[in-house]
Amino acid sequence: MSLALLALFVGFGLLIGVLFGFFGMGGSFLVTPALLVMGYPSRVAVGSGLAFVFGTSVIATLKHRDLGQVDYKLGVLMIAGTTAGIEVGKEIVLHLEELGMAGSIISVTYVVLLGGIGVFVTYEALKGGDDDGGVDHDAADAEIDGDDIPDIARTIQSYRVPPMMTLRGGVQVSLWMILGVAFATGLLSGFLGVGGGFIRMPALFYLIGVPVPVAVGTDLFEIVFSGGLGSFLYAMDGGVDLSIVLPLLAGSALGARVGSAATSIVDEGEIKVYFGLMLLGGAVAVAVREIGNVYDIGVFDTVSLVLILGSALLVSGAVVYSSITALRSEAGSSSTIAD
Amino acid sequence: MIDPASLPPAAQAAALIGVVLLEAMVLYVGYGAAEQAIGDKLIERIKNT
Repeated sequence: MSLALLALFVGFGLLIGVLFGFFGMGGSFLVTPALLVMGYPSRVAVGSGLAFVFGTSVIATLKHRDLGQVDYKLGVLMIAGTTAGIEVGKEIVLHLEELGMAGSIISVTYVVLLGGIGVFVTYEALKGGDDDGGVDHDAADAEIDGDDIPDIARTIQSYRVPPMMTLRGGVQVSLWMILGVAFATGLLSGFLGVGGGFIRMPALFYLIGVPVPVAVGTDLFEIVFSGGLGSFLYAMDGGVDLSIVLPLLAGSALGARVGSAATSIVDEGEIKVYFGLMLLGGAVAVAVREIGNVYDIGVFDTVSLVLILGSALLVSGAVVYSSITALRSEAGSSSTIAD
Repeated sequence: MIDPASLPPAAQAAALIGVVLLEAMVLYVGYGAAEQAIGDKLIERIKNT
């Protein structure tokens, strides 16, 4: 491997790590398309992407565990429900393949879902200012304020079908509701063939109502298992390339430190707008790639990669820039008070 | 010395994942120590430039 390629992987890892540390998601949908466009075979791109997500989620989960933001009980229930959902999702894909409709339906669902979540996150951020469930590391152990629970989550919590489970943040939800949400997110994961962090994390907050830091920490805990199992299965077929995974991980581990430190400095409402736009950029990128595949236009793959990388660079740059600005203005205001 | 290529695929896969896990742990501890050692100084430097 050339030194330039090594530096590229470390730099790319750093960029993804900032996003992962700040938002708790954003790994798999960036790495795999980038590796595909760089010319790696699908097996290696997916397998190495999964192994990288596994390593990054181990580091991020350890960090969130130190901050008391992992709900293990919820995590285990989510793993059980998600696994069943993934199996059913895969069966649906196989059935659609027999009908010859799998590719187009999956692509359209992916674009609509990614774009829909992007619009929703952007709208919520623009509407709600900075108290709309931002990643506040100090909020994990506190009892969640009733007003902070989204309406859908309140409705789901109101169905008191025993046994009831008490989660971190004092949230009480029926076991069946948790398994139902886990199954639904697993179904989408299996259907779309993605890790599902961008589906599961919002689902834990918006549908179950756990505080955002716990949603992030618990989601990462689940990714350790799904990423570990997925990369193991791909590694058995020679799909994991350590010369890709190790430098990516070295960069992302550092980026994740920067990203998680930024959560306590930056006004997250502002950054959430960029995050929503990044998801929208991702949706457009997938749509462009699919159109390129249908009409056999190779350059669309490159356009798609540029869109994904550009959006990721924009958001991670915004996180770092806002952190530096916030630190300097904090220093400026404390020196004014001192005067 | 064991030749990794002579191991069954499952053992080779487990070894690969083990290497990724080991690197993750080493990076977590290493960067954590670096953050402890220079984190505050770096933040002060950013504030004062």
